[in-house]
Amino acid sequence: METILYLAHTESDGSLGKAALESLTAAKALAEQTGGTLVAGLVGEDVQAAANTIAGAGASKVLSVSGADFAQARYATDAAAAEALCKAAGATLVVAAGDSRWNRVLPGVGHRLGGRADLHITQVNGAGDISVTRWFYRQRMEGSFTRTQRPWLLGIDPGTQTPWQGDAGDTVVEAVTVETGDARTTVTGVKAPNTDEQTIRPDANVLFVAGAGWTKKQADGQTHVADAEKNILGFLQAAQASLGSSKSLVDLSSEGGEVLSFMTHLNQVGQTGATPRHPKGLSTCCHGEEPHVVGWRFINERRAVNLDANCGWAQGKADVLYVADAFEVMEKVNALLAE
Amino acid sequence: MSNGYHIVVCAGIVPDPLQTLEPVQTPQGWGLKNEMMLPAVLDPWASHALYEAANLAKNAPGSKVTLVSVAPKAKLQQVMMTLAQKVPFELVAADAPAGGFTDANDVAAVLAEAIQAIPDLDMANLLLFGGWESASRGAGATMQILGEMLGITEQFQGVDEITVTAEGKLQILERIEGGRHQVSECAGAPVVLGWATGNLPEPKNNPQVGMQNMRTVMPSLQKARPAALSGEDLNYAGIEVPKATRETRIEKNMSADEIAQEIVAWIKG
Repeated sequence: METILYLAHTESDGSLGKAALESLTAAKALAEQTGGTLVAGLVGEDVQAAANTIAGAGASKVLSVSGADFAQARYATDAAAAEALCKAAGATLVVAAGDSRWNRVLPGVGHRLGGRADLHITQVNGAGDISVTRWFYRQRMEGSFTRTQRPWLLGIDPGTQTPWQGDAGDTVVEAVTVETGDARTTVTGVKAPNTDEQTIRPDANVLFVAGAGWTKKQADGQTHVADAEKNILGFLQAAQASLGSSKSLVDLSSEGGEVLSFMTHLNQVGQTGATPRHPKGLSTCCHGEEPHVVGWRFINERRAVNLDANCGWAQGKADVLYVADAFEVMEKVNALLAE
Repeated sequence: MSNGYHIVVCAGIVPDPLQTLEPVQTPQGWGLKNEMMLPAVLDPWASHALYEAANLAKNAPGSKVTLVSVAPKAKLQQVMMTLAQKVPFELVAADAPAGGFTDANDVAAVLAEAIQAIPDLDMANLLLFGGWESASRGAGATMQILGEMLGITEQFQGVDEITVTAEGKLQILERIEGGRHQVSECAGAPVVLGWATGNLPEPKNNPQVGMQNMRTVMPSLQKARPAALSGEDLNYAGIEVPKATRETRIEKNMSADEIAQEIVAWIKG
């Protein structure tokens, strides 16, 4: 029988994040499908509040590695904590959120335990042979596979599961002791992009994708980068949208071209960028494959505004292609949103 | 940093991103249709790692860059014709499949063996670079496993910047959720850095650098040892390309006002 360890870390306020609750949904389903035992393992400075939150999840026990050393997201301490929890639980399957903190350590922990780890999992199926699904070649093809090696650690891609909801209650937490030694790494802070505006909102309803056309010469033979910035930031604020960019646009900054001041490589979607998950996407001034094929893989409803009616990448990938000047359209969109 | 760093960059090769890819079953397992015919490039995120390594080596006297690649020898040679002109490095090659359906554990084991066989490997000053994911397997796991195999427990993923402080510490920026970076300070080498995009543009071709690199590239390719990737633990049930093609409504004659109204209604709907 499988023993499924639900592995989660607390946020800075002691709560469990959305991605952690999503992975609990996957862990719980796996336990039910396999008839296995669900054990929770929590890591953080103080995990009691988080343990109480998931009291109704059906875990046979809740283990923890806690203390000041485990407040920070760093490899050495997180890997040690995850390794200790896996051993204490006797886990054969481990399910964790595929966030930056767990993705950093799960493969290494899998190796330490003589097991295997797979990240970016989008589906878990515990009926029959346990199989998982993820994307290959930068979201171009999807594959499902099984493994015989145990323990098998799974990082669940955020946005792929429904966050677990259930009753809270008082939970008894069993502490697991971990020797960490002297930490050679200290997390000194978090740095946001150099901008006055937040441009990346993972939970936004709309992804706004800007292409290099925003910085090119317009009908009057001049560039209008300041107007582009005003239009784009105005839309992001009014619609509370998240900003994505084509590679060509973010590369302009490193190539010395005229750039949008708030645009960084973090905004890039596509082959060497992100593939975010949003219900809607609006692409503007994009003419490339990447924003429309790779970057838009997980965007449900897609519309595009550009001047090329024959844009081969928008056709067949977007639901609607408006052949129009994005400057003019977005200015009017922003005016309507401001009403 | 009197001795400089030994920066080992792990980089595979992938099909040119503009190629159409079709999965097929082969006698060796899943692969791509006409895989050996597809033009290849160095894996994009690993390329950024290489450029960042060269830049760091240039600014840290006594440092050197070794590129370790697990790939079919013939394809790797093609990629080297262009890549060798970008930045100075020494090549260590292992001749093995580079497809996306290989297992990260197997690849990490081959990389570990190749790295440990590098003459005069300076473990104390080792900076192990690579992409945080490949554009083929996309496992996001190889560098962490490799780090463990080499006994390196200071690891960073989604790295966009490394700075060596006056005290010789490493300040590292890693991508985290919400478009932010986590800032960490590490006492020093050895470390594993899985790079995201970094901050550097692709270097222009420099024939002199190419001539210098080819002195080690060709011998390294000639003596690249075949390596087996067993994949014995991994069993694919199926691989498929999503077929969904959308019926795109193309609006050529709507006014900007009409389009704006429709977009706003859609957003609010």
